[in-house]
Order: sequence, then structure tokens, then C-alpha cells
Amino acid sequence: MWRDARLIAAKDLKIELRTKVTANQILPFAFVVLIVFAFALDTSPGTLQKVAPGLFWLAVLFSSILSVERTVAIELDDNAGDGLLVYGVDHGGIFLGKVVAVFVQLFLLEVLLLLGVVVLYGSKVGGWPLMLASTFFATLGLSAAGVTYSQLASASRAKQTLVPLLFVPVASPVLLAGTKAWQDALSGTSSIGDPWLRLLIVFAVVYLALGAIFFGSILEG
Amino acid sequence: MQSLVSFKNVIVVSGNFPVLTGLDFEAGPGEIVLVTGRNGAGKTSFLRAVAGLLRITRGSARVLGVDIVANPGDARHRVGLLGHESFLYEDLTARENVNFVLKATRSDPSGADSAMASVGLAGRLADLRVVKMSAGQRKKVALAALLARNPELWLLDEPHASLDSWTREVLDSTVNAKVAAGATVLLVSHEAQHGSLVPTRVVEVGGGKIVGDSLLSEAIVAEETVKPKQESGHVA
Repeated sequence: MWRDARLIAAKDLKIELRTKVTANQILPFAFVVLIVFAFALDTSPGTLQKVAPGLFWLAVLFSSILSVERTVAIELDDNAGDGLLVYGVDHGGIFLGKVVAVFVQLFLLEVLLLLGVVVLYGSKVGGWPLMLASTFFATLGLSAAGVTYSQLASASRAKQTLVPLLFVPVASPVLLAGTKAWQDALSGTSSIGDPWLRLLIVFAVVYLALGAIFFGSILEG
Repeated sequence: MQSLVSFKNVIVVSGNFPVLTGLDFEAGPGEIVLVTGRNGAGKTSFLRAVAGLLRITRGSARVLGVDIVANPGDARHRVGLLGHESFLYEDLTARENVNFVLKATRSDPSGADSAMASVGLAGRLADLRVVKMSAGQRKKVALAALLARNPELWLLDEPHASLDSWTREVLDSTVNAKVAAGATVLLVSHEAQHGSLVPTRVVEVGGGKIVGDSLLSEAIVAEETVKPKQESGHVA
């Protein structure tokens, strides 16, 4: 399974490096979300700094929808996903490989988005241990749940509209817990023992386990 | 004779539509079975069921000794399918695609270059992204991956489509060599009679089941008997 996961992740990341969909489309989209929501709320620095964690995770959530749709779309072109089945690639390996590839892309996007929050909103970053840990597990959870639901929706003719409908409600605990954990980190009121971080860890573990168990059934239709 | 493919009263339902409706079929080692039938008869569904890509709803099915009703995935890596789709990643090069297939199937990676060269994918073409290739070139990449994999059971669905005459000849001679070495081939083709890939048997699929099964010599005799009658107007 691990060998197949490495193979799938390396293949997906190579395709991303070549097509630059995350760099040229998803990242600019995430910045547009940051800017547009700032306009919609209040452009005064005090307000923006206060809502920065929420807007950051909202931008990440929207970006993750595009990212997970993209990772499944790679397998739909020329029915390459059927090829993986014919080659006997382990189902769990396909799932984990996809999760790792999406995780890497989202994590890099989040680093750049954080710089954007600092520059655009004037936010001061602190509480690094909690911020890093919460970002890690939130991204892992979004990747695992996103890949699962995107694959589930891929059999539908209306897959592009079905993914947000399925995924956003499921991912809302990540949006809430990620925002709260970041608020706690920035305010310095909590550290690694933060209860919101624990929720993010549980979410990531549950969706990794569910995906590893059920992804094969979803793939096989 | 030991059966490498054994389907007994196999029913496959795709969506709400029965694509195979009680299909019985046996094939042994070293056979080239030409699968014929009208459009929509169930030929491609039959090959996909053998490949384990369609779930068998009822009946018993064994492929390469594996019960694919209970364990549809267990024989897949020993089966090669060249079909209407080539299963290629458009943003990878031909060489990257072939190497990916070999890694995914845990095959010997050393055969990649020679397989690509044998279908005319050496040099610049080997490092061209698939998205920039013609349909025929894509088919060659898929064929190279199949040749490099060297599966025990070859499922070829219109393999000659989009291929130039030189590559058709390469395909035919390679498959003939593999069959001589013990591989089994199920071939769906409307052009098989024009090539040098000589089937040992001809089966006809109609309405999702086998409606005719004969040795090639019998099939030729039957066809020659029907033709004069058709020409003289005895058969409508």
C-alpha cells in the first residue's frame, strides 16, 4: 500500500508541476477570496485582523474543493482510473497517494496565503507550535475528506456541482476548529493542548481511516 | 484442457441495463479467440468483465484460476487490456506513462525502452507529452506499455484502430509470439481478417451472450456457404 501511495503521489505531483494548475489557478483564486471577503466585510485593519483566521480558512476550504476535484479529474481523462484498477494498484495506496499529493499542494498554498494575510490584513503571526500543528491536521483532514467525497461524486454526471454540496458541510468542523485554533494561537491564550487542535486531529484520523476503508468500494463503483 | 477464462451463465448489470445476459465461455492457454458481434452486442462489456472492471451480478467466473466474482481484483495485474481508452496520463510523456505502468504492475522496468522502440516510439517521441500526440501515437504508447508488461491474458478491443500498417504488423507478430509462448488472447476486431493475427476460434456475441462458437476453419466454411446464397438472393 505504501509503495503504491508513493507512486500515485509522485505521479500526481509531477503532473501538477507540469500543468501548474495550483500555482496558476487555485492560488490566485485563494487570493481573490481573501480580497473580496475583505471588501465585503470592512477594510479597516482592526476588523480584518480580527477576522483574518476565518477568512484564511475560508479561502483554504474553497481552494481545497478545486484541488480535490482536480486530483480526481486526472484519473477521469482517458479513463486512467480504470487503468489503475487493471494494474492492480492497491485501493488504499491510491487513496493515500491522492491525499498526500493534495496535502502537499494545499500546504504550500497555505504558506503563501499566510503571507498574503500578513501583507493584506496586517496580521501579526505568533503561537507557531499551535498554528503549525493545527494547519497540518486541518489540511490533512481536508485532503482526506475531500479526496473521498470527490471520488464519490466523480461517478455522477453533475460531479462539478456535487463536490461542493457534499464536501463543504462535511468540512465545516475544519473551518470552525481551524479558525478557533488560529485565533487561540495568535492571541497566545493556548498552545499545543488546544481543544480545537484535538478536534482537528480527530477529524483527520477519522477521515483517513474512513477513506482507507471505503475508497476501494467507491472506486469499484 | 485447463481453462484460463471460464465464464458460466454470467450476468452483468450496468446501471439498470443487463450488458451480459447469461454468457458461457471457456478459453485455454495459447488460444486466440476472435470475438465478433454487432455494435452493442456486449463484446466490450465481455472483455471488461474478464478484466475485472465490471462487477459480475450472477454466475461463476474464473480468470487465470482466480474466482473474479469473489475477488475481482486478484487477477487484474496478470491481465492486459488494450481498449477504446488507453488509460494514459495526458500530461506525462510516453516514457513516463510506460514506466508508471511498469511500476504500478510491479513489472521489470528494463523492458520499457525496447517495447517503445518496437512500436516506433524511440527518440523525440518517447519524451513527448501524450496530450500532444495523435490518436495513433497514443495507441502506440498504450501498446508499448502492454508489450513491456507481458501479461498472461491479452484482451484486445479493436487493437488495430488508429494504427498504421507497420504498427499493426508489429502488434500482430508480437501477439503471435506471445501466444506461441503460452499467452491467451481475446480479440475484438472488425479488421482481424486483414492482419496476420490468426484466431484459433471465433465466438459471436449477441444480446449479451455467446450465440456462436466455432473453430476458425468452421467459421470460414460457414461464411463461404452463406455468401453464395446471399449473392443469389436466397438469404435476405
